[in-house]
Amino acid sequence: MFPANFAYVAARSIEEALQLMAKHGEEGKLLAGGHSLIPAMKLRLQSPQTLIDLGTVPGLRGVRVEGKDLVIGALTVHADVAASDLVRKHVAGLSDAASVIGDMQVRNRGTIGGSVAHADPAADLPVILTALNASFVVQSSSGNRTIAADDFFTDFYTTAMDANEILTEIHVPIPAPGSGTAYAKLPHPASGYVVVSAGALITRQPSGACVSARVSIGGLGSGPIRAIATEMELQGKPLTPQIIAAAAAKAAEETDPVDDSYAGAEYKRHVATVYARKAIEAAVERTAV
Amino acid sequence: MTAEVQYAAIPISVMVNGVKQDAVVEPRRLLVYFLREQLNLTGTHIGCDTSQCGACTVHLNGRAVKSCTVLAVQAHGAQVTTIEGLGSGDVFHPVQEGFREKHGLQCGYCTPGMIMTAVHLLETNPNPSDDEIKHALEGNLCRCTGYVNIIESIKWAANKMREARK
Repeated sequence: MFPANFAYVAARSIEEALQLMAKHGEEGKLLAGGHSLIPAMKLRLQSPQTLIDLGTVPGLRGVRVEGKDLVIGALTVHADVAASDLVRKHVAGLSDAASVIGDMQVRNRGTIGGSVAHADPAADLPVILTALNASFVVQSSSGNRTIAADDFFTDFYTTAMDANEILTEIHVPIPAPGSGTAYAKLPHPASGYVVVSAGALITRQPSGACVSARVSIGGLGSGPIRAIATEMELQGKPLTPQIIAAAAAKAAEETDPVDDSYAGAEYKRHVATVYARKAIEAAVERTAV
Repeated sequence: MTAEVQYAAIPISVMVNGVKQDAVVEPRRLLVYFLREQLNLTGTHIGCDTSQCGACTVHLNGRAVKSCTVLAVQAHGAQVTTIEGLGSGDVFHPVQEGFREKHGLQCGYCTPGMIMTAVHLLETNPNPSDDEIKHALEGNLCRCTGYVNIIESIKWAANKMREARK
């Protein structure tokens, strides 16, 4: 089908977009790549009265280094995040994740900011960005604030952003030397969405012992879940296959996923440990200089 | 039930297959319907309602996109290439030739989308492996062929395009 009728405004600046959001309130919706919004509107699951196009605002695309962070504009499409030399060099796990979203056509339109703000529980980027300890810059009429990924994804399709805020940048700390990052995903065979996935950021000393680990699991809850028990098992230990396996086995601890049309709860909890192991092993391999 | 609200139609200017097209569209007009119904470029097909099948694939500013998931207003100021814009007259694009040489179609419904995706793939990866071709085609579904000859067609085209560059 096609969407119900709506008004369209091409914003020329963030400030104009914020004014339009204030004017239209709940009946206004931001448009980025449109590859979650437009499918929903075509099925009439959503029928906003006004679409405010952020795609026409200049300056929101691109990947750059700023101090100790990689900074990615919110309107950068997944294909460009995946192909970015800076992303592949510093946080290859983000390139992994961006390159398995949807399909090639979707990756040519869908944006990192749109994906993060939409907070689909079956999305890839929230999982890897949580593992990477990313933070999100959001702008309102009273200024900017920064929200850490750990605090951002609060519920299904729900974030810590206020209704009057626009996500403008994603900041990813460049990991310390001796670090490796990776993302491993079990996709739904038809839709390509996450059934279970895992993102890992592992840092180790030259001697080989793990200095720090961040492991994030997707598909087990309303958003990404940090596998704290797994992280604690790795901390300070040599990163042997046995230790990695033992740590990954704890990846689903304290989780309570639902039985749904994707998979049963016990299956999801088990497969989470498998994909945690895959992600950790791949990240560890990348720590080799 | 509230009365139908009139929303302002939006003037757009799109370069389609090298021809400047000025039009006025409803905001909700999807690019695929604009191409098919307002420009009579019916080579781009509609095969699903869920942005999955890829039969609607065109190039927007050089990238393969699903035109059913793009609003016509989002194409304002952009360049669009449809299947009709490949090759010229009786001269086929190598990918179109490949689909003929290697029997890459049966009913032909998915074919324009397959070709548009393949053209973008080969522009960025001139020598793709089978796996890379399959990965690139994840957004294009075919109910007839089982994909084998589609992959062969694309490989044939890739080979011809590499030979032509020597």
